[in-house]
Amino acid sequence: MLVIPCPHCGPRCEIEFSYGGQAHIARPQDPAAADDATWADYVFMRDNTKGVFLERWVHSHGCRQWFNVARHTVTYEILASYETGAAPPNLDLESQA
Amino acid sequence: MIEKYLRQSPLAHMGLGARSGDDTAKAEVRLAERPFFGFVNLRGPGADPAFLGAFKAASGYALPTEAGTSGGGGNTTALWLGPKEWAILDTRGDPDAGPRMADELRTALADFRVAVTDVSESRACIRISGPKARATLQKGCPLDLHPQAFRPGHCAHTRLAKATALIHLNGNDSAPEEAIFDVYTVRSFGEYVWLWLEDAGREYGVTARLS
Amino acid sequence: MTQSFRLPEGGVIDRGRRLGFRFDGRDYMGCAGDTLASALLANGVHLTGRSFKYHRPRGILSAGAEEPNALIQLGEGARCEPNLRATQIELFDGLIARSQNRWPSLDFDIGALNNRMSRLLPSGFYYKTFMWPASFWMKYEFIIRHSAGLGQAPEGRDPDRYDKTFAHCDVLVVGAGPSGLAAALAAGRGGARVILAEQDALLGGSLWSGNGETIDGAPARDWIEAARRELEAMAEVTILTRTLAYGYFDHNFVALVERVTDHLGGVAGKQPRQRLWKLRAKQVVLATGAIERPLVFAGNDRPGIMLADACRTYVNRFAVQPGKRAVVFTNNESGHLAALDMAAAGIDVAAIADLREDPMGPASERTEAAGLRVIPGSAVVGTKGERRVKQVRIARLNPDGTQALAAGENLDCDVLAMSGGWNPSLHLFSQSRGKVRFDSGLGCFVPGASAQAERSAGSCNGVFGLNDCLAQGFNAGKQAAQDAGIKAGSKGGAAPQAGNGDFLPARWIWEVPSGKPAGRAGKAFVDFQNDVTANDLKLALREGYESIEHVKRYTTTGMGTDQGKTSNVNAIGIVAQTQGREIPDVGVTTFRPPYTPVTFGVFAGRDVDDLLDPVRKTPIHDWHERAGAAFEDVGQWKRPWYFPQAGETMHQAVNREVKAARESAGIMDATTLGKIDIQGRDSAEFLNRVYTNAWTKLAVGRCRYGLMLNEAGMVIDDGVTARLGEFHYLMTTTSGNAAPVLAHLEEYLQTEWPDLDVHLTSVTDQFATVTISGPKARALLADVAGDMDLGSQALPHMGVGDGRVAGIAARIARISFTGEMSYEINVPASCGLALWQALMTAGAKYAIVPYGTEAMHVLRAEKGFIIVGQETDGSVTPIDLGMDWIVSKKKTDFIGKRSLTRPDIIKPDRKQLVGLLTGDPKEVLPEGAHLVEGAVGQPPVPMLGHVTSSYESPNLGRSIALAMIKGGRDRMGQSLQAPLADGRTIACTVTGPVFLDPEGTRLND
Repeated sequence: MLVIPCPHCGPRCEIEFSYGGQAHIARPQDPAAADDATWADYVFMRDNTKGVFLERWVHSHGCRQWFNVARHTVTYEILASYETGAAPPNLDLESQA
Repeated sequence: MIEKYLRQSPLAHMGLGARSGDDTAKAEVRLAERPFFGFVNLRGPGADPAFLGAFKAASGYALPTEAGTSGGGGNTTALWLGPKEWAILDTRGDPDAGPRMADELRTALADFRVAVTDVSESRACIRISGPKARATLQKGCPLDLHPQAFRPGHCAHTRLAKATALIHLNGNDSAPEEAIFDVYTVRSFGEYVWLWLEDAGREYGVTARLS
Repeated sequence: MTQSFRLPEGGVIDRGRRLGFRFDGRDYMGCAGDTLASALLANGVHLTGRSFKYHRPRGILSAGAEEPNALIQLGEGARCEPNLRATQIELFDGLIARSQNRWPSLDFDIGALNNRMSRLLPSGFYYKTFMWPASFWMKYEFIIRHSAGLGQAPEGRDPDRYDKTFAHCDVLVVGAGPSGLAAALAAGRGGARVILAEQDALLGGSLWSGNGETIDGAPARDWIEAARRELEAMAEVTILTRTLAYGYFDHNFVALVERVTDHLGGVAGKQPRQRLWKLRAKQVVLATGAIERPLVFAGNDRPGIMLADACRTYVNRFAVQPGKRAVVFTNNESGHLAALDMAAAGIDVAAIADLREDPMGPASERTEAAGLRVIPGSAVVGTKGERRVKQVRIARLNPDGTQALAAGENLDCDVLAMSGGWNPSLHLFSQSRGKVRFDSGLGCFVPGASAQAERSAGSCNGVFGLNDCLAQGFNAGKQAAQDAGIKAGSKGGAAPQAGNGDFLPARWIWEVPSGKPAGRAGKAFVDFQNDVTANDLKLALREGYESIEHVKRYTTTGMGTDQGKTSNVNAIGIVAQTQGREIPDVGVTTFRPPYTPVTFGVFAGRDVDDLLDPVRKTPIHDWHERAGAAFEDVGQWKRPWYFPQAGETMHQAVNREVKAARESAGIMDATTLGKIDIQGRDSAEFLNRVYTNAWTKLAVGRCRYGLMLNEAGMVIDDGVTARLGEFHYLMTTTSGNAAPVLAHLEEYLQTEWPDLDVHLTSVTDQFATVTISGPKARALLADVAGDMDLGSQALPHMGVGDGRVAGIAARIARISFTGEMSYEINVPASCGLALWQALMTAGAKYAIVPYGTEAMHVLRAEKGFIIVGQETDGSVTPIDLGMDWIVSKKKTDFIGKRSLTRPDIIKPDRKQLVGLLTGDPKEVLPEGAHLVEGAVGQPPVPMLGHVTSSYESPNLGRSIALAMIKGGRDRMGQSLQAPLADGRTIACTVTGPVFLDPEGTRLND
């Protein structure tokens, strides 16, 4: 069971959170203009990264805020958490992989 | 409004008066429902000094902006729920406090992007105290409730067993008497949380009081 | 039976407290402080079980958690547990235990025939024998399970209570042997919050097995006592005895099981039987000790053949002689310690067979000085004795240890103490993802690099001298406290001092030669519990299983309830030896939690019965209960299902309720509907984006129905939203979906549209909601809301307004889910019961009838209204439902819009919502029934779809059904068949989904 550093509440137990999948998947600005493949990619396709993964969590039993986490999918180490809308921290992702 | 006696607190149907439980003197966990209170959910731009100033001007005290803290003055207490969310409480037992508080806040904060919502009726409040109050809560709460980690005046929105709960430790740091926790849950989770606390505290002895 | 193997003095037992117990139907006496194993040994009982595969007689091997043989069924009836290790069961008065894996009895076991046929049961036997024919597997499985079962499940419901708790600490110390105690003292003195967890009832660990050790100049027992008192006096130190740290998980999350009252024998009182500690530690000190390794030699599994240190433990801690005449077989110094202690306890030590050519070391010197017979460079090469070892054969080995020389010498004995070296208990370390490495000097795996905030200390870290353990433990505790952020205090003190005996030097011979050709000698067991021999391992290698993980699975070595605590390293050693590889190249199998088995009860904890899941009740629930309502679970809510009157069946009650709602007035508790308060200047825009239809023009005081999709275009919820003010809306959701819908909306608001001025707040529980429905609803409401204008001008269909109902401040929405004129009255939750009672009283003259969810379902189905989750299943679009009318063509975007033009969504043969009418109007289709075309022939028959809702409609006087059918809207009037599980086939006709009042005239004046 992880300890997840909520950017607002500090470190809290995983059971207070819900998982939201890959982070930084932008909803197309003009969905009507997206062709079928582009739209399907947005709706259905996500990376399955071995290494540091940028992912979304929501502190559903706490402050109810969505935020992003950089987590290593092998060691489960959490390298950073940051607010929704913020740029990911400058991590050397290659060397972590 | 209708007569107060016709209004039912969230746990009124449980007959708490008859659930005396263990010998009061020996019981190390004391449970009570706090039946009527004002609970207003306030949303607003927590980083905006003008908003914070307007709240302070209206309420006489500052909104807490640090995670897990509370502030208060006069008849109300503000609990930090999130960076843009607070619970404003009036726990004097007035069943109509919520709508009144909501109206006052709405007027005072009309210039800001806020939401003021009276949720008094949608919360149950269980007060738990006694030497084993912490140990009982700790069974179902993942937070560290050690006196050094969770101090008087602290509050946290967290999990309690299978419910979501807002836990508020009464008092302030300068007078940390015996721990008295107020546990707020969604109204319809109140019975579950009460039964759970009663069961969790059973090995320490539990006594139930009306309030 | 008398305790004829009990020593007159010594041990940590209370001879004054004699405890009676029963094993396999025979009554015995033991003492307080005994384990079941020590009490059995005190009575001369070694035979405690039969082995898994060959049903060979097996005895007590160890004195701890590693026990592979003495697996016990403890208790009877509902309060019983299988597979417990006799070596860890604390004796209590009245204890009842049974051996396992034997039939009909331990002494005479039919399954022992397997032993005679063992040539037919090689490794991989199950895979080889039961491969085919596949249809026979069920029969094989029955026989295998019957003959192989380890213990029996309890009969009946577990009467015990279990508990769980979260916990936090600065420093967790696992194990309270010398290293762990020193660590706890150092951390505790520094002011850290310490939890010291010990699986035993006593603190002290291996110190109780020893004899004559001193620490800081005092006997070890006095030092333990002083340490215990000091720790107990520290406010921030928690000592958990009888507590097993069974798993080490991510982020320093360690799971422990405390056996709170097991040792009291079911007299739990208010305390739980066991408690699960879900512990988050800033730092962990592992002081889990080491486990002695058996030697692998022919006939090494007879009862009476025990680990040497276990013999010491029985003598020194329990004051029990494991036998009267002992032989010791060792490859290191530990065997000599056992010989000395047994000799001191009056046991005749016939000889010490030492694999080492020239035994040297502090213990060897003492055995020599004591005049004990040591046979260097020798091995036990064979044993005799059916239910107890009675003779061993000792032979000299050649210099490289690969062959036995000459026939050897036979020695009579009733106990053989063996020591093959020591294995640090790396289980938790490995579970924490720490990497283990092989230390060839110590002949064992030791911790390598840590992966989490933990450190190992003492013998689990490959340090075996007592002084070194104390020093390393003390230092680890001190460092852990500092790393946890505790400022070092001045009262730290120094590490305790002691002597420093070690088990080294040792000689590693992984498989002891027998002097006979392979197959002729007795079996040399590597894994006692799974009956895996050295030859089984070699066979697996010959058959091409090279990876140690494959060898493990093929031979089952290291599996079972003991998870190979005594066997894994021997197995790896033999594989390495056979393959001519180095042990580090062979590698080590994975350690997995739990360390020893954990009961299901403790995982359930108190989440049983009323506390299994929160039960949510409305403020009116008590009234429903008194009225005799049957309840239905809707999510966590209890909703009245129907209100049967005396003598009524469900069917009759529902029909009565349905008719009342159409003919006079019905009343329903709709409190459970989800309610979300929406405030902010961009609320209308927000609704435009989350619903399929347009919201901009909805006037204040009006309501609108909305359909919510996910981004894939599938319907996820529906409900009515009311505009209460310019920037204020109240959304309702389906009862079971309130939380998911709020989460869905918050997600978009926060992550996609943070610029919108919108705030969402759940107000589901703020209001009690009562719906009155039917031709008399307005008249009834007028009687109790006298000051409100209920005319269709002031409050039209889909209008909402505030007023007072029975004196209670109320919000009234004229909306309908029944197709009748209906009012949804919202009042503060605390007034819900008062409102209901007032409406029931006032409604009497209109013959008001309370109705439940079943009647509601019939009423809405008559109107063809969908229920999300019944007609929809997450793969249904609004177009599939024929609800194109609610999907805006003008809006450029809303959640899911783009997906509605995906190729798969516009296919003509998607399942579509239709109505079904059975040929026989009395026949009610079962919900879930599949529909096919034409006559039902041989399978496969193409499925066209399924029935989603089906009822008898009293208003229509016939059955009605809704269904999702492929290309359904083009099948109007078509006849379909519903083949049922009972063999019947029901014919029905496809119709539109609206069965009653399609024009909606009943809603309006």
